[in-house]
Amino acid sequence: MQHGVARRSAIVLLAGLLLTTPFWLPNPYHLHILIMAGIFSILALSLNLLLGYTGLLSLGHAAFFGIGAYTSALLALKAEWPFVAGFVAAVMLAGGSGYAIGRLALRLRGAYFVLVTISFAGVASLVSVNWMELTNGPLGLPGIPAAEVAGFVFRTKRAVYYLVLAVAGLAYLVCRRLVRSRMGRAFVALRENEALAASVGVDGARHLGLATVISAGMAGGAGSLYAHYTRFVSPEVFLFSYTVTMVIMVVAGGKGTLAGPIVGAVIFTILPEALREATSWQWQMLLYGVLLILTLLFLPRGIVPALTAWRDRR
Amino acid sequence: MLTLESVSAGYGRVEALRGVSLGVRRGELVCLLGANGAGKTTTLKTISGLVQARSGRIVFDGEEIHGLDAPEIVRRGIAHCPEGRRVFPFLTVEENLRIGAWTRRGAEIAADMDRVYASFPILSERRRQPAGTLSGGEQQMLAIGRALMSRPRLILFDEPSLGLAPTAVEITFGIIKEIRETGTTVLMVEQNAYGALRMADRAYVMEAGRITLDGAARDLLHDAHVKQAYLGG
Repeated sequence: MQHGVARRSAIVLLAGLLLTTPFWLPNPYHLHILIMAGIFSILALSLNLLLGYTGLLSLGHAAFFGIGAYTSALLALKAEWPFVAGFVAAVMLAGGSGYAIGRLALRLRGAYFVLVTISFAGVASLVSVNWMELTNGPLGLPGIPAAEVAGFVFRTKRAVYYLVLAVAGLAYLVCRRLVRSRMGRAFVALRENEALAASVGVDGARHLGLATVISAGMAGGAGSLYAHYTRFVSPEVFLFSYTVTMVIMVVAGGKGTLAGPIVGAVIFTILPEALREATSWQWQMLLYGVLLILTLLFLPRGIVPALTAWRDRR
Repeated sequence: MLTLESVSAGYGRVEALRGVSLGVRRGELVCLLGANGAGKTTTLKTISGLVQARSGRIVFDGEEIHGLDAPEIVRRGIAHCPEGRRVFPFLTVEENLRIGAWTRRGAEIAADMDRVYASFPILSERRRQPAGTLSGGEQQMLAIGRALMSRPRLILFDEPSLGLAPTAVEITFGIIKEIRETGTTVLMVEQNAYGALRMADRAYVMEAGRITLDGAARDLLHDAHVKQAYLGG
């Protein structure tokens, strides 16, 4: 009982904190970091569905992010689609490419899935650089309009903060609903022992394919938000380092937990910026690396599982 | 109830089954003996659709089931308790049971779960615990409970006693006997040949992918060859 009350007050406190942040943190640079933390939270949640729950490692997740960003940007610039329609198209197209990857890679699991996702991201990146007529190549696509929902334009950082917060909250709820459903149990069962899961009648290829589609679609949505926030998209969105950052966030935060990816995303978005302010650039990445190694050394299962274990022990 | 007619199956170029024929009648407890690599596990996997038969027929309740996929075979009433890691360690006891009813829908699932909890009160006590925290014997109970959740008419057990403490082996064999007494047919692979033959009605002996001997379990217990090869002389 008491546990429930403590939990509920913590949630209310956290919600209040998140909703009022732009008012006690007016610095636009800080707000920018929080917006990026929100976008990365969606990406980490999406990667966690695969890596944390089904155990599939996608090392091409930046591709789904980039496809979402380009879809949304191109539809806004060339076809003058409204943001909401572009966002939905970004989710669908990224999800569709997730479906194709799933069909291709899930005949063979493990390392093959990893390889196919890496190659896919490589191909997507090459297309964005070389298909000049469509993507404007390395010059990128400037002048993407700000997001607009029902006549309200998200032009200020404060407004975008709330938009990203809302979408990240939605992504969290989708993940929670999914993980606690029949399908979520199938994901975990397949991760733990695919042969056993098959013996009770769980169709592995079908469920892993579905997980890939949902995960890719979420990453595409994050890409759309990113495009309409920075108002500029270039082939950089396909960078491998984005994928690596997502993996770090999921693993350090706690894969296979709902809160882990968000905690990881917030910490590992803020950390490089904080280090930049605190030290010179030579030390920044070095310290980042050391802190990451220490986290994984002392909390191998991630920050959130470690906190949960600590709470349960008390 | 179940008939295999010259079933062959294998992995890649390896032929694990070379024309296996056997039969299980309704209500029987039949056991399959043999050395490692004789093809016992492959036989069970071929029946449950985890391995596809290359030739031959598998008939269950008058219908051919070879060529059907695993979910469909579970739906037809065959549950498979595989060897080795028997439960999903990170799912709770309750989630493990729920996944046993994967191929079913509807309200009876809850009633069936209560029935499993009534048979295994220890599982009820631990229903919110991850299955990985259970003892070996408890995990075996959970695996059996999970198999029952699909409402099978035939259960395939693969090495149910493997890796269990002697008391847990005794309890597991007791449960299998009870399952059979409540009308469920059992086909079981077991390396504890003595224990298996004592509770079975009939048995088949496999060697190198073929059935080499079969008969009433009682007779095989006294068979010279079986004694020498599987009962330790």
